[in-house]
Amino acid sequence: MTRSDTNAVEVRGLVKHYGDTKALDGVDLDVREGTVLGVLGPNGAGKTTLVRCLSTLIVPDAGTATVAGYDVVRQPRQLRRTIGLTGQYASVDEKLSGWENLYMIGRLLDLSRKDARRRADGMLERFSLTDAAKRPVMTYSGGMRRRLDLAASMIGSPAVLYLDEPTTGLDPRTRNEVWDEVQRMVAEGVTVLLTTQYMEEAEQLAHELTVIDRGRVIAGGGVDELKARVGGRTLRVRPVDPGQLPAMARALDDSGLAGVAGATVVPDEGQVYVPILSDEQLTAVVGMLAARGFGLAHIDTHLPSLDEVFLAITGEKTSSSVTDTIPEEVAA
Amino acid sequence: MSAVLTKAPSDGRIGLRANARHIGALVRRNALQIKQDPESMFDAVLMPIIFILLFVYVFGGAIAGKGNQEDYVNYVTPGLMAMMGLNIAMAVGTGINDDFKKGVMDRFRTMPIARSSVLLAKIVVEVGRMLIATTILLGMGFLLGMEIRTSVLDLLAAVGLSIVFGASLMWIFILLGLTMKTAQAVQGVAMLVLMPLQFGSSIFAPPTSMPGWLETFTDYNPLSNLADAARNLINGGPVAHSVWVTLAWAAGITLVTAPLAVARFRRKT
Repeated sequence: MTRSDTNAVEVRGLVKHYGDTKALDGVDLDVREGTVLGVLGPNGAGKTTLVRCLSTLIVPDAGTATVAGYDVVRQPRQLRRTIGLTGQYASVDEKLSGWENLYMIGRLLDLSRKDARRRADGMLERFSLTDAAKRPVMTYSGGMRRRLDLAASMIGSPAVLYLDEPTTGLDPRTRNEVWDEVQRMVAEGVTVLLTTQYMEEAEQLAHELTVIDRGRVIAGGGVDELKARVGGRTLRVRPVDPGQLPAMARALDDSGLAGVAGATVVPDEGQVYVPILSDEQLTAVVGMLAARGFGLAHIDTHLPSLDEVFLAITGEKTSSSVTDTIPEEVAA
Repeated sequence: MSAVLTKAPSDGRIGLRANARHIGALVRRNALQIKQDPESMFDAVLMPIIFILLFVYVFGGAIAGKGNQEDYVNYVTPGLMAMMGLNIAMAVGTGINDDFKKGVMDRFRTMPIARSSVLLAKIVVEVGRMLIATTILLGMGFLLGMEIRTSVLDLLAAVGLSIVFGASLMWIFILLGLTMKTAQAVQGVAMLVLMPLQFGSSIFAPPTSMPGWLETFTDYNPLSNLADAARNLINGGPVAHSVWVTLAWAAGITLVTAPLAVARFRRKT
């Protein structure tokens, strides 16, 4: 992967109003070439409006934005040659087969018939859709549609890919498939602007994060910085014998593995809460507890929800008070 | 960067050949949609059959006199060609409105293709549907006793004229389809315009049988000009005036509404 200091996307003071609604109210952001920027925000924060401005679907009222050096307003034709877009709703033709969709996009991107055929075959193979190649897209499952959508966006080998809430509405297994595909594309050097409502998705995929609310950027920075500000994950451990709770907390504090914040006993739940900042720390904690002979009945990690992130940053609830979080699977 | 980009002229303009290729790929899309959903061809196939039977046998006797239905076939069939065009053009409006609700339109509009190519492909496919409908209509006409009193070339000219005019009408309905919120609204407005234009014309009955004010209206109704032109091309009679007036209408409608429709398509959010 090439990471450089050049910005693939630069947005300055971007404004888009719909009547009295300020969908974008002066947004600044940069996406470094070869990295993933996660744009995190609740419903109605302006994420989709941002993506639509950057993909030339709508014209901003004020401000500037360049993608791969092309201005969204003045050079839309050149810009369209460098981008791929996968939206919340699959942007493929329902009545056509998967293969026909990809072949059509290849032809629209000026590939020869032969190259378009080869590219369509290759993309179906890569996104594990070869078996469904000839079926109309309307018979596809949600995950297959999303994969086809990604394949369609990748036909033209775009330099910059927009993923607008790519896993909204998907079950956890399908969501993981989409994440894997995105990570593969990033490994190949594509720059990605990802919008999401899920802290976990941002943490999985993004190098840097921008948090937006009501059309404004309210926080930004590296994923770790932001995590440090909002507290990262919490490990929850329940010993088989609730009587061991104090001993377990003491062992964690003594070992230094629970960090400066220390372990917290929550007697009502029969659990100990341990703040976790890295996978290594998580592994070490579990290893230490096992080595000391504690019998564990239940263990899981909990990410702060978007609401908790907003609470930590602004001291306020999100504008739309989104409370849904993805339950994280047992991490140990 | 591993990304390989297609090199384009520096201003990103789309060349003519590339444009034709894009329209071809989009026409293929529309044709495949029909293959997947053959019911969408019902209107083009059944409308001409039902209309010609209805008009020849229900109204033909009353208009041309009982027993003279065969004369009426020669009168009404060229007129129905004009009507087919209008009806298929109307369906384009509702179709484009529906199309816009789908995510695939976003993909087209973020791709390096001329935005007009999506609309032009639609028109190419609909002209194909119009040709099928016209062929079926003429086939039915011949079955019911219609005869060409001029030449096959004149007949083809009549078909060509109604297709050119029908294609120009499509721009009006595309504009409507892009402007109005729902397909139902498009249909509602289209029907309101369609009914008076269709029946207040020389398509079904000679305007000389109508009251003076209506006769004046039908004289200026472009559908009358088209029906008269097609009728005289097939049955013999003066054609120059009605053909030129029809072509002028087609050119005028296209010149005004096509740029508006493309602009509307560009700005659609």
